[in-house]
Amino acid sequence: MTTRWFGERVQRAEDDRLLRGKGRFTDDIDDGALESVLVRSPYAHARIRSIEVGAARMLPGVFAVYTAKDLPFGETDLPILIPHPNLTHGRTQRCLASEVVRYAGEAVAFVVAESRAIAEDAAELVDVDYEPLPVVITPEAAARADHLVHDDVPGNVAAEMVQEKGNVAAALESAPRRKRFHFRYERGAASPMEARAVWARWSDDERKLTVYDSTQSPTSIRGGLAVLFGLPESQVEVIAPDVGGGFGPKIMLFYPDELLVPYAAVHLGRPVKWTEDRQEHFTAVNQERGQVHEVEVGYDDEGHVLALDDDFIHDGGAYTPYGIILPIITAGQVPGPYRVPNYRVRFRDMYTNATPTSPYRGAGRPHACFVMERTLDAIAADIGIDRAEVRRRNLIQPDEFPYDVGVGWQDGNTVVYDSGNYPKLLETALEKLGPRPAGENIGMGLGMYVEGTGVGPYEGAHVQVLVSGKVVAATGIPSQGQAHATVWAQVVADELGVDVRDVEVTGGDTRRFPWGVGTFASRGAVTAGNAMHVAARMVADKAKKIAADHLEADPADLELAGGAVRVKGSPQRGIPLAAVAVLSNPVRYAFGGGTEAATQFTPRARPGPPLADGEEPGLEATGYFSPAGSAWASGCHAAWLRIDPKTYRLEILKYVVVHDCGKVINPMVVEGQIEGGVAQGIGGAFYERLAYDSDGQLRNASFMEFLMPYSTEIPQIEIEHIETPSPLNPLGVKGVGEAGVIPVGAVIASGIEDALGIPITEMPLSPLKLYELSTSASTSTSTR
Amino acid sequence: MKPPRFEYHAPSTVDETCALLASLEDAKVLAGGQSLMPLLNFRLARPAHLVDINRIGGLDRIYERDRGVAVQALARQAAVEDSELVASVCPLLSAAVRLVAHRVIRNRGTVCGSIAHADPASELPAVLLALGGHVVARSKRGERKIEAGGLFAGVFETSIAPDELLVEAWFPKSPKPFAIFEESRRHGDFALAGVVRAGDTLALFGVAPTPVLADAKDPSRGLQPSSDLEATPEFRLHLVRALTLKAFAA
Amino acid sequence: MRINGFDHYPPQDARRLLSDYLRHDVGLTGTHVGCEHGVCGCCTILLNGAPVRSCLMLAVQAEGHEVTTIEGLAPDGEPLHAVQQAFHECHGLQCGFCTPGFVMSVVGLLAQHPHPTDEEIDEGIAGNLCRCTGYASIRRAVRRAAELSR
Repeated sequence: MTTRWFGERVQRAEDDRLLRGKGRFTDDIDDGALESVLVRSPYAHARIRSIEVGAARMLPGVFAVYTAKDLPFGETDLPILIPHPNLTHGRTQRCLASEVVRYAGEAVAFVVAESRAIAEDAAELVDVDYEPLPVVITPEAAARADHLVHDDVPGNVAAEMVQEKGNVAAALESAPRRKRFHFRYERGAASPMEARAVWARWSDDERKLTVYDSTQSPTSIRGGLAVLFGLPESQVEVIAPDVGGGFGPKIMLFYPDELLVPYAAVHLGRPVKWTEDRQEHFTAVNQERGQVHEVEVGYDDEGHVLALDDDFIHDGGAYTPYGIILPIITAGQVPGPYRVPNYRVRFRDMYTNATPTSPYRGAGRPHACFVMERTLDAIAADIGIDRAEVRRRNLIQPDEFPYDVGVGWQDGNTVVYDSGNYPKLLETALEKLGPRPAGENIGMGLGMYVEGTGVGPYEGAHVQVLVSGKVVAATGIPSQGQAHATVWAQVVADELGVDVRDVEVTGGDTRRFPWGVGTFASRGAVTAGNAMHVAARMVADKAKKIAADHLEADPADLELAGGAVRVKGSPQRGIPLAAVAVLSNPVRYAFGGGTEAATQFTPRARPGPPLADGEEPGLEATGYFSPAGSAWASGCHAAWLRIDPKTYRLEILKYVVVHDCGKVINPMVVEGQIEGGVAQGIGGAFYERLAYDSDGQLRNASFMEFLMPYSTEIPQIEIEHIETPSPLNPLGVKGVGEAGVIPVGAVIASGIEDALGIPITEMPLSPLKLYELSTSASTSTSTR
Repeated sequence: MKPPRFEYHAPSTVDETCALLASLEDAKVLAGGQSLMPLLNFRLARPAHLVDINRIGGLDRIYERDRGVAVQALARQAAVEDSELVASVCPLLSAAVRLVAHRVIRNRGTVCGSIAHADPASELPAVLLALGGHVVARSKRGERKIEAGGLFAGVFETSIAPDELLVEAWFPKSPKPFAIFEESRRHGDFALAGVVRAGDTLALFGVAPTPVLADAKDPSRGLQPSSDLEATPEFRLHLVRALTLKAFAA
Repeated sequence: MRINGFDHYPPQDARRLLSDYLRHDVGLTGTHVGCEHGVCGCCTILLNGAPVRSCLMLAVQAEGHEVTTIEGLAPDGEPLHAVQQAFHECHGLQCGFCTPGFVMSVVGLLAQHPHPTDEEIDEGIAGNLCRCTGYASIRRAVRRAAELSR
């Protein structure tokens, strides 16, 4: 295989139209669509006494107002996406609530009108009579269970799971040193710049439903809509066009609008669209990261971890549409790149009266990483060794792979690291970080992580060489900015020996490729990337076979290069790929584009029917890749930071990332993923938080108060790539989409603890939080 | 997040505007819109009438008057930022206006709008107060001068009457030394707390319902700041003391 | 109102935001709407050459003024504007949703500071939110755009 494009900083195919304002996002699609609004509950927990929609329906310009009783599926609970035997009390919401609302923002009615402004006017006229109920808003309150989120879920516990490797009780008992910790991580929000949107049209003539959806998983939405509307999948098309960032929460099955918009389009016989506004995005879209960990660690006098016991509660929110994938990931990822010979982890997934949770970039890992890294820093402080040294002493070594952590993984297997070189990550990061800068109130932050990427079950790809010699390729998964159209083209171009600019990629359009899972869990490059590789190789093999007939050569002696199939060693003996594409389809009529060469009346060397048994026309193939297990990426972040002792302002002086995502397809794209991930991590660590009050109201549902960082808050980041190929896929790649964000909370906490000399056990932080921690530390008489 | 219904008026003279403000019930003046438009989009403001003054000609001047600088109602913050006259006569105002949001906001937002909006965490009202400036308000009843000390009445409240239009703000020449420091969460955000020094005068913002004058030796005395997500009263007082020390160390 | 050099019919409804008018009445969907309260900067356009938020203006207010949207920087078939080209070369965009607003802000920034310092660059792009890039590549793009504009 040539590796001409793989590994190169190929500039993006996506950019031109996006830069010219010619991108096509869901809200850009119009076609005379009616616009819509969801009426949402202002209460976090309330019984609905009545819903009065008469006045709203009478408003001029309003086409329909729907409540649960107007819907054929109004009494149906929405599906649990990922069921699990430990999810004993799984609950999902209905499309529109009619009896009880369990979070502020839950949808109760749907208004369709000629404009969004009129729909909003009408929504104000929908009169819902609520009887407020007691609110459960933190995971701790949920665990106390003074009140229940669901009457029939005792203790607010949706799921409980205990796993143990070794014998933790015995190992703790015999450990020379022990420490206990209480760690708390708050909810955060992905906040992509494009909020969500859905557009739908029903064609009576074709009996076909077409849906544009800003989803990360159009194939699943299509499957679900087909079931719900009783249509064959061939009559449902779902397209994720350009999507303005995803970061996890753009996958659900379903958000209410994903059913209501298609339903209204069928019902009203008009295209209908719904575009979420920023205010509702804050409560309507899934969140993540709320966890509280009670940890005990046993270690020896040299700082070797002997046993770790972690008992945590997970803030699941009001419903469990996504199953218990998040706490399972946390449980699997707490040990990170370190040897933990005895490990026990118990979690309870708790219901709260807040927006449901589902993976947000990092998905259970930033909190897992925080637990382990904070624990190691405390061990280092206790025995008086350097924080790098304590890590060095506990890291899994390069000759220990595959390494079995001994607990369960999200794909149903156990956590088994496939490859890596963790000591090299640490040493390289320390070297790049350099010496402590001069000055006061400066701290060093350090954090390491592993990430199970590229989970299955599978993705597929279709690759076709056109008679023009250009190549089209398609996969089911959509892009939200990850440069799929560029990196898939690199993979395909290498296999077909063509210029990368001659490969045009489509993703996330079920009309072009109907099978697949979605873009999440740092899985695109591993699953779809390898599927592209597989399909392109099938096309290459087919091209060799056809060309072999034509060139009277053995296929094994042929290669694809320079846009042609040619004999190895004698590049002048060859046939252009375009001509091979022509020959691949024996036609009756010559219709231009070189097809005269392929009519059945052209004298052929080959005997037998024009299309032999087992042959298919067209220089194309469909291939799939299904990984045997996760490919485990890893990395080390290190930083120098300064905290102003008066204002508690954070200044990041230097931030270094050394990461290993296996073979890098396009370093420019990978660096973009890392830089963006780190920025999102910094936002989540020091600027952003979701401030719920005791009534379950989100107090800061705007960009004025939810403080996403601007460029002025984000430092330059230095990145180094280390490549330990994954043995589990042909390209040797590992995922990188989430990597940047995972250790940032741990790194910032570590640096601030070092700078201020006060213990940091919670996330997020802020100047106010640091002021309060410092003030209480200096006035406290305790010996903590 | 679309504005509620309102009746839109676009007068072309100050007199016409004053006539409208005198006759309309529940009218709101729209100048730069950088505070009012978000409130409309959130439907937190629901005026029956919107009086857009942007069509009034000749109301965007920045000129020297009475050894100070006058800024008219439609002078954009960016124009004040770029004004050489302001830089030479009242460099404190030049420095302060750069702390207001971001350039793209300042391209549209007005100095007089900021003052009339009277956000307690806003810089420009505190600058006006520290310098002892005034505003000029016009109505059908006539024109009056309101000293900064009597202008700010409460959170988002001024002594400008509903039928009056703020036509001009006047900033005295800034004395030396001068300084403005604030602490905000992100660059361009409203301040958690801020201080303006004009010579020996100190004005604070973000720590009371209005900007307030304070004693540099004991700036937090008597203050009872509000609490929000990013700052408690104690933290605000702590910041104000630290920022005052910084301003008077200069 | 004149948009990208062409005259357009005035908006029908006084409460129509300029951003919605451009997108849904004129069909210039390159101007994006990210927050509708003036913070994110996705809807930034040029009004008489200066960048402003189109979500914080009523469309009727733009009557008689010159509006430039992202589509007006490099007409179809013509090479990218220097700022657009620099964003391409420096990987200054990922999902592309915030991009038109950034590009318009940077056009304004370079008009004000043709040779911006690092601090002026951060100041100049600090009114726009990006959730994908972490801003590093956007800073590089601004420097590159200044070079290309020489």
